[in-house]
Amino acid sequence: MADQTLSAPLPALAGATPGRARQVWRRFRRRPAAVAGLALVAGFLALAVIGPLVTADPAAQDYSAPLAPPSGGHLLGTDDLGRDLLARIAYGARVSLEAGVLSVLLAMVVGVPIGLVAGYYRRFLDPVVMRLVDVVLAFPFLIFAVGMAAILGPSLRNVIIALGVSQLPGIIRVTRGEVLTLRELDYVAAAVADGAGDGRIMFRYVLPGATSTLIVQATVGIPTAIIGEATLSFLGLGVQPPTPSWGVVLTDAQQFLDQAPWLAIWPGVMIALSTLGFNLLGDGLRDALDPRSVR
Amino acid sequence: MNAPVLEVKDLVKHYPIRRGGRSVRAVDGVSLSVGPGEVLGLVGESGSGKSTIGRCVLRLTEPTAGSVSLGGRDVTHLSRRALRPLRRDVHMVFQDPYSSLNPRFTVGQIVAEPLRRHGVARGAEAETRVREMLERVGLSADMRTRRPHELSGGQRQRVGLARALVLEPKLVVADEPVSALDVSVQASVLNLIADLQRDMGFSCLFITHDLSVVEFLADRIAVMYLGRIVETGPTEKIFAEPQHPYTQALLSAAPEPDPVRQRERRRVVLGGEVPSPLDPPTGCRFHTRCPIAVDTCRTDEPRLTGVREADRPVACHLVTPSAVPDLTEGN
Ligand SMILES: Nc1ncnc2c1ncn2[C@@H]1O[C@H](COP(=O)(O)OP(=O)(O)OP(=O)(O)O)[C@@H](O)[C@H]1O
Ligand code: SF4
Ligand SMILES: [Mg+2]
Repeated sequence: MADQTLSAPLPALAGATPGRARQVWRRFRRRPAAVAGLALVAGFLALAVIGPLVTADPAAQDYSAPLAPPSGGHLLGTDDLGRDLLARIAYGARVSLEAGVLSVLLAMVVGVPIGLVAGYYRRFLDPVVMRLVDVVLAFPFLIFAVGMAAILGPSLRNVIIALGVSQLPGIIRVTRGEVLTLRELDYVAAAVADGAGDGRIMFRYVLPGATSTLIVQATVGIPTAIIGEATLSFLGLGVQPPTPSWGVVLTDAQQFLDQAPWLAIWPGVMIALSTLGFNLLGDGLRDALDPRSVR
Repeated sequence: MNAPVLEVKDLVKHYPIRRGGRSVRAVDGVSLSVGPGEVLGLVGESGSGKSTIGRCVLRLTEPTAGSVSLGGRDVTHLSRRALRPLRRDVHMVFQDPYSSLNPRFTVGQIVAEPLRRHGVARGAEAETRVREMLERVGLSADMRTRRPHELSGGQRQRVGLARALVLEPKLVVADEPVSALDVSVQASVLNLIADLQRDMGFSCLFITHDLSVVEFLADRIAVMYLGRIVETGPTEKIFAEPQHPYTQALLSAAPEPDPVRQRERRRVVLGGEVPSPLDPPTGCRFHTRCPIAVDTCRTDEPRLTGVREADRPVACHLVTPSAVPDLTEGN
C-alpha cells in the first residue's frame, strides 16, 4: 500500500483506484494468453497508426511488377496492379481499427444509456426494451449487419453505423443485466434513503459498478466488428476499392489464388491475428477485473 | 400527547412470485411504534420479515398494504419528491459492511453525501462536519481520503454509522448492524451505538436475530415470527418472563454470560424447519414447531392482545389471565 503511486498501469480503467489498478495488472500479467493478446493488440495498433507512415503509397502502381512474389522491394509482394501489399495491409489495419473502434463506441454511447435506464426503471421500460432487443438478437449478428449495410449503401461510414447498430442489442442486454444486480446493493439503497435523485443514482452509484464488464464487452466487440467490416467489404457492401480494407484486398485476391496465394494469405492472417488478440485481451481483462477470480 | 416518531400500522408486504401467481408473505399485518428517544428491538429468525419492515419504513420497498407514519405524518403514499425533505430525519444502517458503501467514493464523500443532498453544508463546512462525525464514531478524521476497500469490517460499519447520523436524524433503522462483524468487534460497535443513541437521543428501530444483542440496548422488544409480531413489551419484562412459547425458545437459545445460570438453564430446542412464507401454516403460524400446541392452534389464529398486561401484548391461545405456558418445565 505504501508505494501506490509508483506505477499505475492501465490507469484508464474508469473509476479504478491506483491500488486496484495495480492488483488488476498483477493478475493480468500472470496469464500468458492475456499478455499474448495484449502484445497482438499492441502490434495491430502500431501497424494501424505507424504502418501507413513508413510504408509505400498503397495506391501507387508498380507496372514493372504486377503479382510479384515477396521480395526486397515489396516485402509481401504486389497485387495485380502492382500495388505494394504491405502498404495495403498497413492501411487496411487503419480501416479495420476505425471500423472496429468507432462501431463499438457508437454501440456503447447509444446502448449503455438505454440498458441503464431499462434496468433502472425495470418495471416500466424494461419489458418494452427487452422485447425489441430479443427481436434483433433473433438475427445472427452478421446477417443483421449485412441487411443494414445493404439498406444504407456502401461506405466506411455506413459500415460503422451498420456494425454499431448490430452490436447495440448485445450492449443493451449486458448493461441492463449488470444494472439489475447493482441496483439491489445496499449502497444504492443508502443513496435512495439520502434522497438522491434517479439521475445521480444511475450515473454515480450504479453505472460505475458496471465499468469492468463494459470494458470487457467493448474489447470483445472490436474483433467482431473487424470481422464484420472485412465481411461487408468482401461482399462489396462495405468499404469501396481502391480504399484498401482487408476485406477489399481479400476480394481482389480471389481471382489470383493460383498465381499469387500470398495476396489472400496475408489479409487472412491479419484478420485472424487481430481478432485473436482482442479476444485474448478481453478474456484476460475479464479474469483480471473479476474480484472473485483467484489471485 | 407526543406523536410517535415512527408508527407502522397493519403493514403488509407480499412479494409476487413469477410462477403460479403466488406470493411470499414477507410481512403480514404488523403494527409497531417507536416513541421519541426510544429504542425498539425487532427480533426474529432469518426470513421472518425484519428487513422488509425496515425497508418499508424508509420506502426503499413499497408496502402492499398498511401505513407508515413518521412524526405523525402518513408517508405511505407520498411521492418520492414530497418524501425527500422528510428523509433528512430518517436514516438506515445496513447489515453488510461490504455492499453498503459505494466503493468508488472516499470515506469523506460517503459521509458528506447526506449533507450535500439536503443542502445542509458544502465545502469547508461540510468537511468540518465530516471530521467531527468520523471522530464521534471512533475513526480518525484522516480516514476521509481512504476508500472502503482499505478499511476493516468494523471500520466500514462505523463509516455507515457516521453517514446515518451526520444529519442528526430523529429515527435510525439499524438492520443487524453488527451481525456481519467479527465477534471481537461486535461489542465495541454495539457500545458505540448505545453511546451515540444516549448522546444524540435519536429513536431507533434495531433489527436483530439475536435477542442478547438488544438486551441492554432496547427499551422495548418486538418478537417476529413468519411475518407477524407474536409478542412485544418492555425489555426487562420480556427477558424476565417471556410469555410466548417462541420467545421462550429464543431466549433459551441465547448465550448466557453467567456460567452458573447457563448450567441451570434448561434449553428449549425447537424441532422442524421454519415453514415457507409462501404458504404459512393456518391458525397460529408457530403451531408446526410449538411443543405445546393444541387443536385450536391449528385452526384459529391467536390475536396479539394484552392478555395479562396492557403494555405487553402476546399472540398465543395458551396465554390466559391466569396461566402462562412454560416450555422449560419438566424437560
Ligand atoms: N425482493 C424480494 N423478492 C422476493 N422475496 C423476498 C424479497 N425480499 C425478501 N424476500 C423474502 O421475504 C422474506 C422476509 O425477508 P426479510 O429479508 O425481510 O427477512 P429478515 O427477517 O430480514 O431475514 P434475515 O435475518 O435473513 O435478514 C424471506 O422469505 C425472503 O426470502
Ligand atoms: S397459539 Fe398454540 S401453537 Fe401458537 S404459540 Fe400458542 S400454544 Fe403454540
Ligand atoms: Mg434481514
